[in-house]
Amino acid sequence: MSEKFDCIVVGAGPAGISCAYELAKGGANVLLLERGEYPGSKNVMGGVLYRKMMEDIIPEFYKEAPLERPVVEQRFMMMDKESAVTFGYKGMEWSKEPYNNFTVLRAKFDQWFADKAVEQGAVLVNETVVLECIVENGKVVGVRTDRPNGDVYADVVVLADGVNSLLAQSLGFHKEYKPDEVALATMEVLKLDKKIIEDRFNLEENQGCTIELFGDATKGILGTGFLYTNKDSLSIGVGTLLSGLIKHKIKPYELLEYVKNHPMIRPYIQGSEPQEYLAHLIPEGGFKSMGKIVGDGVIVIGDASQLVNAIHREGSNLAMTSGRMAAETILLAKEAGDFSESMLDLYRTRLMSGFVGQDMQKYKDATHHFDKFPHYFDEYIPMLNKAASQMFTVDGSSKWDKQKKIWKDIGSGKDKMKLARDMYRAWKVIK
Amino acid sequence: MLHIVACIKQVPDTKIIKMNPKTNTMDRRTAPAILNPYDAHAVEEAVRLRERYGGKVSVVTMGPPPAVKAIKKCIEIGADEGYLITDRRFAGADTLATSYAVTKAIEKISKENPVDLIICGKMTIDGDTGQVGPGIARRLDIPPLTSVNKVVEINQTERTIVVHRKLEDGYEVVQSTLPCLLSVEKTVNEVPYAPFPNMLKAARYKPHVWSVDDLDDVDIKQLGLKGSPTIVSKVWAPPKPQGGEMLEGNPQQQVEQLLSVLLDKKELFQSKEGV
Repeated sequence: MSEKFDCIVVGAGPAGISCAYELAKGGANVLLLERGEYPGSKNVMGGVLYRKMMEDIIPEFYKEAPLERPVVEQRFMMMDKESAVTFGYKGMEWSKEPYNNFTVLRAKFDQWFADKAVEQGAVLVNETVVLECIVENGKVVGVRTDRPNGDVYADVVVLADGVNSLLAQSLGFHKEYKPDEVALATMEVLKLDKKIIEDRFNLEENQGCTIELFGDATKGILGTGFLYTNKDSLSIGVGTLLSGLIKHKIKPYELLEYVKNHPMIRPYIQGSEPQEYLAHLIPEGGFKSMGKIVGDGVIVIGDASQLVNAIHREGSNLAMTSGRMAAETILLAKEAGDFSESMLDLYRTRLMSGFVGQDMQKYKDATHHFDKFPHYFDEYIPMLNKAASQMFTVDGSSKWDKQKKIWKDIGSGKDKMKLARDMYRAWKVIK
Repeated sequence: MLHIVACIKQVPDTKIIKMNPKTNTMDRRTAPAILNPYDAHAVEEAVRLRERYGGKVSVVTMGPPPAVKAIKKCIEIGADEGYLITDRRFAGADTLATSYAVTKAIEKISKENPVDLIICGKMTIDGDTGQVGPGIARRLDIPPLTSVNKVVEINQTERTIVVHRKLEDGYEVVQSTLPCLLSVEKTVNEVPYAPFPNMLKAARYKPHVWSVDDLDDVDIKQLGLKGSPTIVSKVWAPPKPQGGEMLEGNPQQQVEQLLSVLLDKKELFQSKEGV
């Protein structure tokens, strides 16, 4: 019979590595399986890593991890075709330890993080695809890999196999996701001289800036774009609900090209050289799309369990926290010698009562709401731009007149009512 | 017990690597380090022979500490043990110095467990010389059999081996005494998708790591740059192949154009001396 582990974690992304790390640290015999050539080789993220949740796992990781830049400024651009209303915050408290968050390149960071799990005693096997869970008497007892003699057994299997989670789906935990439950993000890493980056983004060494793009960046489709500064490259990308791309018949790479050529963006990236091109699905269905996440001998974590807060572009932090909580539960289960669903359900209750579950519930209607009412993006953001232009253009008319004109431009009394109602609705879904 | 040693090297993936246009040297940061593809076949052949005759497969390599990864790849293929010799004093070695250092490592391995057969890949994809294998054989004073594309049999009592050596127009069957050294062609075998237990073994495996001081009777002068008489006088990237030329028009016009193109290439029709 093949070797048996305490736990098998399928997928070496932030969720899986966090889980394997905590399990190994807690003395469990853990196997971490990754289909890519190395952890990070197939993983995609715009690039913001949150300090707090990472520090819950490895305190002061920023002293040795391969990070790009600590983020000292977050900007938000509400874009129209040839204009943008921008606001943001920059603070020097984020430029020093312990920092707030960082830009990272996943291919480097995930490798480092996985090495840390291996140092703790986890066994990492790359280039191996898990085909299915081995189920005996309704209980998951191991996994079948695509390699000869590829069956391997464990008390618990943790599914961290990412957004589509075919494994959780084959267990009947969730249905195949619909196009309005997933976003498709495409991004490029653009090589650019360090000094030029610091000049263009008004940064000093070891300082980074993130810019989130709304409105015309996605041609009004529900989604966002982003432009992040790395050490000597920029990450630029755009993600929209799959359903939006289908409806507007736009190809994702066309959208990325559009953003790259947008007059508000082009000057930032001028002279850069494409280094990498990446694309990935993001689970954005939120709380309502979450399937079953615990079964007999099995736990689902990270993207595989739809843990993404689309409104706050948070995902990796939820993934890490879910991985850590799964590990804590499994260690307790190991002590009790009980790997049943009712025992492992402790993971679900802890997750849902903590910030992860709270945030998932808070924004449970957000994606669906903005998807249903696209005029937030294709009407109101252009309206905001027009109003700003109107107000700040000095043309001899009085500011009172300008305000009157802006007010008139919103439309009839009915249109104004609609705007007020929509603002209230938007407030309600994110409050 | 048959003890086979496979010599391997970690190389930059030359399919991906970019050249630095200023210095004309390989920019190693642009390519991932992989197990030299020819060496994978050498290890696979060693593993197959072990499966046929029993025994043990060891792999040995010289390189920087990350070369451990290449050894782990060999464990995935099925090798039993791996030895890495790594030391700053090895750096800058050409094929002469490399074969000297690897020979010293094999001698050390032999002390514990005498080596019957050494298998090398045909050549490395970053150097393309194919000299290190025969160099090791010469230093150990054993027969080198290059261009091997089949191992027919090993007779352990007679201490002989029969192989096919690839020739331009076929192959020759050669018998040699053991111990000897083979350098194998890619066609010698196919490296299969590694079974899962090997993956587990490789994930946990820690190779033996030796520095110069761990080896016996080493003449430091023969190591690294000092022991390397090779001088690279010039390096240049091969010219990029030019795209083809499309001839247009009806068949008659195209033939005419083709003829004039061919006739322009006068050198095709001039007889050279001695031809």
